[in-house]
Amino acid sequence: MLSSETMLEIDIAGIKMKNPIMTGSGTFGFGEEYSDFVDLNKIGAVVVKGTTLLPRCGNDGVRIAETPSGMLNCIGLENPGVEHFLSDILPRLKKYDVPIIVNVSGNTVEEYGQLAKILDVYGIAAVELNVSCPNVKEGGIVFGTNRDSAAAVVREVKRNTSKPVIIKLSPNVTDIADMAVAVEEAGADAISMINTLIGMVIDVDTWKPVLGNITGGLSGPAVKPVAVRMVWQVAQVVKIPIIGMGGIMTAEDAIEFFLAGASAVAIGTANFVNPSAVEDVAKGIQEYLVKKKLTHVSQLIGQLKVNK
Amino acid sequence: MPKIAIDTTIVENKSITDDVKELIVYAPKIAQQAVPGQFVHIKIATGEPLLRRPLSISNVNVEAGTLSLIYRIVGKGTAYLANLRTNDEVNCLGPLGNGFDLTCERPLLVGGGMGTAPLIFLAQRLNPRTTTVLMGGRNKAEMFWQPMYEGLAKEIHITTDDGSMGTKGFTVSALPELVKANQFDRIFVCGPHVMMEAVAKFAKEHEIPCQVSLEKYMACGIGACLSCTCVNKLGDKRKKVCTDGPVFWAEEVL
Ligand SMILES: Cc1cc2nc3c(=O)[nH]c(=O)nc-3n(C[C@H](O)[C@H](O)[C@H](O)COP(=O)(O)OP(=O)(O)OC[C@H]3O[C@@H](n4cnc5c(N)ncnc54)[C@H](O)[C@@H]3O)c2cc1C
Ligand SMILES: Cc1cc2nc3c(=O)[nH]c(=O)nc-3n(C[C@H](O)[C@H](O)[C@H](O)COP(=O)(O)O)c2cc1C
Ligand code: FES
Repeated sequence: MLSSETMLEIDIAGIKMKNPIMTGSGTFGFGEEYSDFVDLNKIGAVVVKGTTLLPRCGNDGVRIAETPSGMLNCIGLENPGVEHFLSDILPRLKKYDVPIIVNVSGNTVEEYGQLAKILDVYGIAAVELNVSCPNVKEGGIVFGTNRDSAAAVVREVKRNTSKPVIIKLSPNVTDIADMAVAVEEAGADAISMINTLIGMVIDVDTWKPVLGNITGGLSGPAVKPVAVRMVWQVAQVVKIPIIGMGGIMTAEDAIEFFLAGASAVAIGTANFVNPSAVEDVAKGIQEYLVKKKLTHVSQLIGQLKVNK
Repeated sequence: MPKIAIDTTIVENKSITDDVKELIVYAPKIAQQAVPGQFVHIKIATGEPLLRRPLSISNVNVEAGTLSLIYRIVGKGTAYLANLRTNDEVNCLGPLGNGFDLTCERPLLVGGGMGTAPLIFLAQRLNPRTTTVLMGGRNKAEMFWQPMYEGLAKEIHITTDDGSMGTKGFTVSALPELVKANQFDRIFVCGPHVMMEAVAKFAKEHEIPCQVSLEKYMACGIGACLSCTCVNKLGDKRKKVCTDGPVFWAEEVL
């Protein structure tokens, strides 16, 4: 009964996955880019590149910089727009037996609602809200750093879609647990975390910022301890499932997130280093379960032992 | 043609000058499929640096199953690479990108600095066509390329910024005379951005189809992260240097 097939199967907010390993938006393209390296049918879910209402060409200048055990990026949400995604990309993705989750970004609360409505179609498993973008109407404050605007986005999206709604939390806040409670109350079905931490690198020869956009988002192994800590804090205060991410390179990294309280994980920057990372991590978790004589990955979730 | 990522070993890592080395890696499948202009994305076995480094395939030896990568030590990644020895492990992802278009009869190859590396492989595959190579660098010490083009080109012209070897000046200043003396039907150029712009402009004025090879910072190398995109002059969708390029028709991107 508990074959190797089923020991990783999970259900996140109604999304049935063969395993709890997803891809981090923006690090896995639309999935197809990795088809030489991974069998897309064996991934828990593919979360596609951040999509906006209209096409965006992204930021000018240098878009990435390597940092100790990590990298900064300021891609600037380059994407072909939601209509192109639906007409040209989604039909190709439908041939794979894998849930497709669309990561969306808006300039206003209403735009998130519009995007969710347009994406409420067959072939899409869920929407993931990227709230790490500035709210144009509210003078550019980032949706994800303000509990009221993050909650407003969730409510608007819930009104406009029948799909599960995942909100991706920004780590650039004072109290991540408070944000999580706010979005859960607003009706979010799951939380993914963390998005990138804002950082910058300066070229000491030219005295200029290395990145074209001056600042960028930090990802990779450098952020993992922060991400694990935040997942653990949030897991104490919400009931909805958490999709943990931030610096996962190996199965052991992923297991830390499960123990901290995540029900699934996503692989981001690791895909750039090892293009078959998603499958390798899934395999490694299975081996770990066998070694620990466990029968299902859910036996790890939130099992952190804190000596009091 | 599927891309592959293989754990492999270094056959040789030999010094060419103080800061330029040639890395020979064993990667038979990549060597077999690679075409000139393509590159590999190299990850060394240690954790740091985190990201891969893109290097052009400067030649292949299909029989031996090896790739030659010629690189200048400019920072952390290439410094780590320079320390590796025979039998050390690397992971090699490739072959990546689109290569040069070989449908021409009388090509001129223009290389500047490390951009001269991929043109060796190109010159080899252009055989037995009559090929002219024009290469430029800052000084004589940088112009170590000539022996590598042995038997691959009808003639080799050299310019250096300081005049310590060949003609003093930039490659582009040597173009008018070369074009007057030959009926080129293609110019291939790889080197610093300003040089490629100047050569492409010249090619356009003389109505010679021109291909350029661009460099951008890359994370994934396979079209997923969008760190490498550039403006597309012929359409509104940006181009990915790693998968749409690195070789482009000049008018697409310059
Ligand atoms: C498709 C492609 C093919 C390439 N082929 C070759 C080759 O055959 N031989 C060779 O010597 N180099 C080649 N390069 C450049 C090479 O990738 C960089 O020199 C290398 O990544 C630098 O790594 P580093 O860690 O040593 O330097 P870093 O510490 O990252 O940077 C040191 C300096 O190098 C510059 N630099 C770093 N990465 C790049 C890059 N991708 N493009 C341009 N400048 C960069 C930085 O501006 C900085 O000034 C190629 C680049 C691309 C995109
Ligand atoms: C190049 C790049 C692009 C990204 N683009 C997006 C995006 O479009 N939307 C989003 O919500 N997160 C985006 N992210 C964040 C990742 O999905 C992930 O949350 C973050 O990188 C942390 O995970 P990691 O350390 O495993 O990469 C991007 C990250 C990187 C490195
Ligand atoms: S390097 Fe990732 S898209 Fe080109």
